[in-house]
Amino acid sequence: MDLRFTPEEVAFREEVRAFIRANLPADIRERMRLGHKPTKQDTITWQRILNARGWAAFSWPTEWGGPGWTAIQRMIFLEENLQAPAPELLSFNITMLGPVLVEFGTETQKRHFLPRAANLDDWWCQGFSEPGAGSDLASLRTAAVRDGDHYVVNGQKIWTSTAHNADWCFCLVRTDPKAAKRQEGISFLLIDLRTPGIEVRPIISIDGSHHLNEVFFTDVRVPAENLVGEENKGWSVAKYLLGNERTGIARLGTSKAAVRRAKEVAREVRTRGRPLIEDRAFRTRVAQLEVDMKALEITQLRVVSAFAKSGGKTPDPLSSVLKVKGTELLQASSELVMDVGGPLAMPAWQQELAALANEPAPIPDWAPAMAPAYLMLRAASIYGGTNEIQKNILNKAVLGL
Amino acid sequence: MDFDLTEDQRLLTDSVARLLADQYGFEQRKSLLKAPLGWSERLWSQYAELGLLGLPIPEEYGGFGGGPVDVMLLMQAFGRHLVLEPYLASIVLGGTALRLAGSAAQRDELLPALADGTLKLAFAHGERQSRYDLPDVLTTARQDGGGWRLDGAKSVVLHGDCADRLVVSARTAGSRDEAAGISLFLVDAEASGLARRGYALRDGTRAAELSLTGVPAELLGERDAALPVIERVIEAGIAATAAETIGAMEAMQAMTLDYLKTRQQFGRPIGDNQALQHRSAEMMIALEQGRSMAMLAAMSVDAPDAEERARSIAMARVGVGQAGRFVSQNAVQLHGGIGMTDEYAVGHFFRRVMVIEHLFGDTAHHLDRLADQVE
Repeated sequence: MDLRFTPEEVAFREEVRAFIRANLPADIRERMRLGHKPTKQDTITWQRILNARGWAAFSWPTEWGGPGWTAIQRMIFLEENLQAPAPELLSFNITMLGPVLVEFGTETQKRHFLPRAANLDDWWCQGFSEPGAGSDLASLRTAAVRDGDHYVVNGQKIWTSTAHNADWCFCLVRTDPKAAKRQEGISFLLIDLRTPGIEVRPIISIDGSHHLNEVFFTDVRVPAENLVGEENKGWSVAKYLLGNERTGIARLGTSKAAVRRAKEVAREVRTRGRPLIEDRAFRTRVAQLEVDMKALEITQLRVVSAFAKSGGKTPDPLSSVLKVKGTELLQASSELVMDVGGPLAMPAWQQELAALANEPAPIPDWAPAMAPAYLMLRAASIYGGTNEIQKNILNKAVLGL
Repeated sequence: MDFDLTEDQRLLTDSVARLLADQYGFEQRKSLLKAPLGWSERLWSQYAELGLLGLPIPEEYGGFGGGPVDVMLLMQAFGRHLVLEPYLASIVLGGTALRLAGSAAQRDELLPALADGTLKLAFAHGERQSRYDLPDVLTTARQDGGGWRLDGAKSVVLHGDCADRLVVSARTAGSRDEAAGISLFLVDAEASGLARRGYALRDGTRAAELSLTGVPAELLGERDAALPVIERVIEAGIAATAAETIGAMEAMQAMTLDYLKTRQQFGRPIGDNQALQHRSAEMMIALEQGRSMAMLAAMSVDAPDAEERARSIAMARVGVGQAGRFVSQNAVQLHGGIGMTDEYAVGHFFRRVMVIEHLFGDTAHHLDRLADQVE
């Protein structure tokens, strides 16, 4: 047993770090450093730079453009990218659709969609949740009825992240409403969002941003060749997608970058006549977060290592531990950053800041992104299976309750 | 990076698991607790025969030359069964002090006896006033002819009642709280001027108060410069008890799960209730996070960089301490009334974890040290 990275892994980390340092455009770097979310164009630009290096499809098999990395290398790459901090790869394209097409797609689907997904020529979104189907996904009702060589889709999806940016949506639809088990009548369909009959309506989040959407389907005709896997077998495809390698799920790099940021700003601001960084309560809070991040880092290594040993096939139920603790840390670290900002983190001055672009900023540059990050990360314990659902999974899979 | 066990480590864990399953049932342990010694000399000999006592002792001294991961695996197994023998006191604490500070002659004389079980050591450092502050030493040593004599008192010395020799810290210079001026000494348990009062801790393991009046002693290691050795002995204790805590948490979690599945209320197993299911999932999460930290402790305890080592050990201590409290408190809670009874095992594990957390600096103490280092 040895927790140290091999010299090759250390060299790999250096290689990734050096590449990001040399190639992340300065304006994107600055936005990310200040804690802002990447713009649509930031995400596209950075993913194309990584793709040109052969790294965007980091978890795909080499025959479909993957770099052929080990599980440890993949983890190191994701961590370095988050810690830089650089925009994340579009997970819908890379960690969700890509592996699903590799496993279940037809040759034509693979050849057409995979290179475009890697290069972000198509922006994908995920059409799973519905108003009546959240944690209970199998109760989804959006219907697809076969009509010649098309499916006709009617229904509604909700909480569809980045649908307003997206070109395509991979959807779960009900193709057999009479199936004996709810899970048996579901299919996995690729839908071009430019098809007539689709309407995307924004949902504004508590951070004031437009990230989520409702998507309405009215008599949308989808070519039958866009079915992935067999008809009525979409639930296995979805389970594969959700249970697929989840090394990135803890997003530890983001929490680390946030704590680092909190300490930086804590040198600038004061409390009770001294720099906040000297305050005992603040230091203890940081120390506790650093302990928890260290524990999760090792737990993550254990999961990655077990995953690699299983030949990359068995998703470890421990990945639910990564999800729960990882999101708790994302939330706690963003909370810390906001608290460091204090009252200056509170003004909702986005428009004013934009209008005053040529004047001295009314608040420090570190302030505007603090509260939005905190607010948006409340979603971290809700999406991808709520943390309560993760605990149910642990009970079933590991504890047998 | 590698989480695999070697073939030897697998054999070690298998043979220890077999021995303890056979010899350390809850009822068997209870009868050991009632005996005057509070542990089993017969089992101690068996540990010696199995090579467990010599595990971390270099081969040149008759040991097995094992590393911290071997000790981790062994302590974890001991934690699962609440082993009462003085392994921590004699082999981990005493042995580490001897290995790090002993002269060639002292190592030649004592390490082989430690490995074959004929010598038991105890580490007598803490005093009534010192709490967790390692440089807070008031016991004094003065030179007397060619040797030394010690005066003072030592408190909560683990297995100090049964040790054949004691490793005792004392001031050879400086005053209370000063890092310099502390030295280590070897004291014979039968030495004149040494009074020992043995007692049980809350978990049934043994300890002693020592009173020293002109006790003849032999210097162990460099004069005035023992604090770094003491720190490493404590670090070794933290790493070993971190693993022991993991073993105890595993046992408590298994017992609790079993109880949730079998205990019926309102006509169904109480484990059908989601409030209890989620608590048990949270216990598992805490256990796994704690396990990661116990691994960190084991893999840091021999690290060459003192600062990095101390930091990792402190982090591990906090992580395991918090996990241990969460798991043990909830294990009792989920058992309900039966968890409060002395006749049921869960409370014994609870008390072992509680005692461990208060031995080498508690969670708050180590979190405070880490807070000092935030930069």
